[in-house]
Amino acid sequence: MDAEAIRRALRRIAHEIVERNPRLEKMVLAGIPSRGVEIARRIATFIHEIEEIEIETGVIDVAMHRDDVGTRAALPVVRASKLPVPLEERTVIIVDDVLYTGRTVRAAMDAINSFGRPARIQLAVLVDRGHRELPIRPDYVGKNLPTSGSEKVRVRLEQTDGEPDAVQLQRQ
Amino acid sequence: MTIRWTRKDLLGLRELSADEINFILETADAFKQVGTREIKKVPALRGKTLVNFFVEPSTRTRTSFELAAFRLSADVINISATGSSLTKGETLKDTARNLEALHADILVLRHSSAGAPLFLANRLKASVINAGDGAHEHPTQALLDLYTIRERRGEIAGLHVAIIGDILFSRVARSNIFGLLKLGAHVTLVGPSTLVPREFEKLGVEVSHKIDDVLPRADVVNLLRIQHERQRKEYFPGIGEYIRLFGLTKKRAKLLKPECLIMHPGPINRGVEIDSDVADGLQSVILDQVTNGLAVRMAVLYLCGGIAI
Repeated sequence: MDAEAIRRALRRIAHEIVERNPRLEKMVLAGIPSRGVEIARRIATFIHEIEEIEIETGVIDVAMHRDDVGTRAALPVVRASKLPVPLEERTVIIVDDVLYTGRTVRAAMDAINSFGRPARIQLAVLVDRGHRELPIRPDYVGKNLPTSGSEKVRVRLEQTDGEPDAVQLQRQ
Repeated sequence: MTIRWTRKDLLGLRELSADEINFILETADAFKQVGTREIKKVPALRGKTLVNFFVEPSTRTRTSFELAAFRLSADVINISATGSSLTKGETLKDTARNLEALHADILVLRHSSAGAPLFLANRLKASVINAGDGAHEHPTQALLDLYTIRERRGEIAGLHVAIIGDILFSRVARSNIFGLLKLGAHVTLVGPSTLVPREFEKLGVEVSHKIDDVLPRADVVNLLRIQHERQRKEYFPGIGEYIRLFGLTKKRAKLLKPECLIMHPGPINRGVEIDSDVADGLQSVILDQVTNGLAVRMAVLYLCGGIAI
């Protein structure tokens, strides 16, 4: 995917979110650092263009909710989470760049629950590459990308990586 | 910042790099946020066992570590000197080996002998966190002091920090000196020449015996408690004399810049090293230090206890 394809995919996701969520003022887009946060910001900008409403955004860091602490030689960097409270009656949309095993999303749902009990949680991803290890499915997908386990999906975004927007499939 | 945390133990700040110290402080930012959640608990250390092994009495450090461990979902056992077999003649090494036989993952150690945490860290598979060893180091106290300064002032580099009081017997002072210098602060030690000998200048700090000269120049003053329990002979004529020469009285506090932070690791001797009104005043961040201590200890336990051993 190039910059234009990414732009169109995120704009389509914004339309789908508007279509499926009548109460946009009760919604929060929670990005998983670091690219998920940027993607959430872009989707919020598109929704603003479409509906002229400011969507709240948040950050949901999953490092301290992971299930592989103690099995890694080095730990992932932990960042502060930021969500509007109370979460009750709100729809939280988890936003990430690539959906793979689903373990990050599970950790994100645990993290969200420690802030409160949202009315519902949905999931938006730029790329779904398959190979789920948990019963998790996305509500909004930018692109379905069939992959094999030995391949790597490389996402680059201007704001987080300092490189032009791109999604590439790399063989290892 | 991208550094890889690879240490299983935290023994002191002397051996840490500036990057490692900053990494702990940034990790603590994330854990401080957990304290504001509806559910103030994360599963990061679920299934791990932490042993609080305090051979010297301590309430605040031990409870801070205990609460930090609870918030990370670890299981905690507390052992104090009086309740342990140390009083029955068991050696430190044997006690520790017994703890390991119980599959403890993290050992938080407070000990009256400098080097005791290092001794155990070299012999145990478990993570060892120094919670104060003799007059050597108290790394988590210094980290929470650094965190509090950074939170209030943005950056530590370029600040002038005065550490006042019983430096000679203070592990808090030593850890603070190492940490502050690594992060680029200017440090002045203040106290009577018996408690602040000139030898400290070799560490790269300024030494002064006149508090009134230093207060107007300081961005942070960190007051240390006069440790009655560690002083076997008299190092100053008396408490009255100490207050007159070095106590942060209401009158003296007027010499401080308005934005100067007043810190104290606690427990405070009100009316000795600091006046009650000053300890409760607007410049005081003493209670912030307590709150931040929890976040910093969560970060340390997560980093040292979370890596694969």
